[in-house]
Amino acid sequence: MLTAAIVVPLLGAVVVAVAGRRWSEPVVRAVGVATTLVPLALVVAAWVAFDPGSDEAFQLVTDVEWIPTLGVGYRVGVDGIGLAVAAVTAVVFTAAVAHPTEMRGLAHQYVAWFLFLESVSLGLFLSLDLVLFYVFFDLSLVGMYFLISRWGHDDAERAALKFFLYTLLGSLSLLLGIIALGVSMDPITFDMRAIIAAQPLADSSQAVAVLVLVMVGLGIKTPMVPFHTWLPAAHVEAPATASAVLAGVLLKMGTFGMVRIPFLMLRDTFADASLVIGVLAVVSILYGALVALGQDDLKRRIAYTSVNHMGYVVLGLAAAGSVVTGHEAARALALTGATVQMVAHGLITSTLFLLTGSIWDRTHDYDMDHYGGLLGQVPLLSGAMILASFASLGLPGLAGFVGEFQVFVGTFAVHPVLAAVGLLGILLTAALFLQLVQRMFLGEMPDRWSSLSDLTPVEMATLGVLLVLTVAVGVAPRLLVDTVHAAASLFVGG
Amino acid sequence: MQMSMQVSHVGPQLAVLVGAVVTLLVAMFTGRDRQWVNGPLALVALVVAAVLQVDLAGGPAVLAFDGLWALDRMTAVGSVTVVIATGLVVALVPGWLATDARHGEYYPMLLLGALGAMVMVAAVDLNELIVGVVLSSVTGYVLAAWHRQSAWSVEAGMKYFLVGGLANIVLLVGAVLAFAAGGTTDHAVLAVTLVDADPWLLVPMAVTLVVGLAFKAGAVPVHSWVPDVSQGAPAPSAAFLTVVPKVGGLLALARLATVVPIDASGWRPVVAVVAVATMSVGTLAALGQDDVRRLLGWSSVSQAGYALVALAVVGRSERAVPALVLFLAGYAVANVAAFGVVTALRGRTALADWSGLARSRPGLAVAMVVALLSLVGIPPLAGFASKFAVFAAAIDGGMTWLAVVAVVNTVVSLAYSLRVVAPMFLDDPVGPVHVLDRWSVVAVVIATAAVLVVGLAADLVLSGATGPVLPELP
Repeated sequence: MLTAAIVVPLLGAVVVAVAGRRWSEPVVRAVGVATTLVPLALVVAAWVAFDPGSDEAFQLVTDVEWIPTLGVGYRVGVDGIGLAVAAVTAVVFTAAVAHPTEMRGLAHQYVAWFLFLESVSLGLFLSLDLVLFYVFFDLSLVGMYFLISRWGHDDAERAALKFFLYTLLGSLSLLLGIIALGVSMDPITFDMRAIIAAQPLADSSQAVAVLVLVMVGLGIKTPMVPFHTWLPAAHVEAPATASAVLAGVLLKMGTFGMVRIPFLMLRDTFADASLVIGVLAVVSILYGALVALGQDDLKRRIAYTSVNHMGYVVLGLAAAGSVVTGHEAARALALTGATVQMVAHGLITSTLFLLTGSIWDRTHDYDMDHYGGLLGQVPLLSGAMILASFASLGLPGLAGFVGEFQVFVGTFAVHPVLAAVGLLGILLTAALFLQLVQRMFLGEMPDRWSSLSDLTPVEMATLGVLLVLTVAVGVAPRLLVDTVHAAASLFVGG
Repeated sequence: MQMSMQVSHVGPQLAVLVGAVVTLLVAMFTGRDRQWVNGPLALVALVVAAVLQVDLAGGPAVLAFDGLWALDRMTAVGSVTVVIATGLVVALVPGWLATDARHGEYYPMLLLGALGAMVMVAAVDLNELIVGVVLSSVTGYVLAAWHRQSAWSVEAGMKYFLVGGLANIVLLVGAVLAFAAGGTTDHAVLAVTLVDADPWLLVPMAVTLVVGLAFKAGAVPVHSWVPDVSQGAPAPSAAFLTVVPKVGGLLALARLATVVPIDASGWRPVVAVVAVATMSVGTLAALGQDDVRRLLGWSSVSQAGYALVALAVVGRSERAVPALVLFLAGYAVANVAAFGVVTALRGRTALADWSGLARSRPGLAVAMVVALLSLVGIPPLAGFASKFAVFAAAIDGGMTWLAVVAVVNTVVSLAYSLRVVAPMFLDDPVGPVHVLDRWSVVAVVIATAAVLVVGLAADLVLSGATGPVLPELP
């Protein structure tokens, strides 16, 4: 079932790339959307089949040898955390493929790359082998490189190159860390479950170096300050749908990797370093929010809020891994919060980026100073943007609140000072989104936007799905939280 | 250790030799319009050699011919790699030399060059090793300078010859020093007698042996021929010379690493320094190239550096030799695929001429991208599995810092690879694109498929190459 969720979009990508050349654009898109519905259905089925009450953290496991000489296998399976992130991945991809955008006469290639990326992303979140994880981690760069460089804006080629080089450096750093973990096992293996159980570097002098290698690699992807500089360029130049996937799904690979590798496999070392990681997270929170506040470019502003929001996730992880025993309840809460925040950020930020795409298609302008009073002219578009903004700033009743609340409650128990300083970030985010709403949607509308058209039915559908889920997670978080919490409790040993 | 003397132990090499002789006779005694038969004949010889070699690999490791011939897993997989790479190059030749009056003579040169590499891989005696090196070099000079009317080709051949002459003498000095220190040229005996030898002899010996064989590998400090041969020699020769001698030279070094006293001779630091210099020089020089063939040449230099990373930990990690063999196999198919694309595009070389290739020749463009990304090490291609194995060996062998240097170089190598990839996919085509012939395209297809297969089925190569490396130390 999980394997099918990985393979179907990959096959779809191949079919669309080869046969799609002769199809019309709507047909290609329809095939693409239909393909993304398959993994979505499969992930939902996996969710139903998953037993949150079980003592087995990883379920629905497939384990096949790949390179037995080096202990590498094709191993996939889910826990509550992987399930949550995989689910949001499937949703975001369906929305991103369906969302209208200019495909420059290369619809088949465009859709094929999206399907390829979906396969790779799901593969990463479902993999239980470090090398398999790395394979998908690396392939996500290839897909994103071509999407940004081919369908991006003016300076896309440079931005894509920077993105690829920067993140490849990160992934290779991660690779060295992964190899060190695998080699330290006897016999050599990259089976995540075995390494989690063995904690092979617990008493080793290498542990710190491995932690640094892995955290740098994952920190670049997340991105954490000071490794975030590739992000604004990539987001600004990328087509909006690719930005939605980049922020909504690919960034999660960094934090998800942090759960899987340093948090679970280097428990002692992670606990020793948790304060440092927490401080870096708070720096990301504040820095991301402050820089976002200073942007006049709509897309840049949203891009920087990702640095801020992913900071909450890392803060939650730092709190959850702060000690090896003790504070179980608070730590489980922090880990749950971090995961829910990943889900919420995936839904909300991809909505925001899809909306910037809708705006760009209409106006070809990202400068917020050129807008104002749009609420009267395009009420649906404005309403969607305002709702997503409120969700992003953490308004109770919407998805963003649930995760952030749990992260902060959990963090207060172990790192109260960090939590207090981090709360300032929420304040700043509120300011930057309220100011965004005010500048773009309230006040006087410049005359040139008087012919602006509102959302099309397709846009309403894609954005609607994401926003409904945002509200659903906010109002009734139980289904999500229970599943995640089951895994979190097992992992913190509570 | 089992000693024996069966002709079948050198069956694969004999098959290649017979192929060389037959194709030479055909070239001498048939008319121009019949010379094409040498292509199929050479392929037959190579297929027979491959089959025989695979058949031999099933048996136990033996030191055949009175301790002259190592028949172990490294020999088996290394020789098969040489044979496959040569077979793919053979398919590139008919189109390239279709109008060449000496078309038929090219094949015996290729086969003898392959034979030289096979001898290097299996030699367990320094004299024998030198025979292999010289056979490979002499044929290589001819292959590089094949186009007598082309100044580029002659320059490439001349450079190859001059650097090669120097390097081969250095290698001879190394062999002499080994003889002086150990009293023999036999690896098995040297492994014992060198243990108590004077370090003042051992260190220069290690340096000269490494530098001498570095020429075959295209490694610093005797690497300067690689970009010239890549750019100036006939494209099939470039494909052959950047791959086959490299396999031979590096595997010969791996065997020597099990013979020399590794700590007393300073072998490890020497290899590590050469590895770092080779990776970095190749990568940095490739960055500034506006000529695709030259860029591939420098990339080939840097690839030798990654292979040397594995070589540096031979003896410290049992994963080193299998990783090296896998790395060379993956490199061989990817590099032949890249030069195959160049050949199929009639030697198209200026970077600007590659613009828009994805639209005019999508198949060849995809093959080039696969080859380049494999050389960078992007999964699931051959280059990933092989770099992964090399890094694992380096970390396992306690030389993590070498892996770190390799990682930094890998990131830079992505930059120059994308300089080729980006214009192919993002820019508009310039002028019509003509393809050489069907066989070169077939070779590209097979090589590209092999890049994927070696990546996905890496365990086949790795486990195939795992076993004792002869002569085993007592």
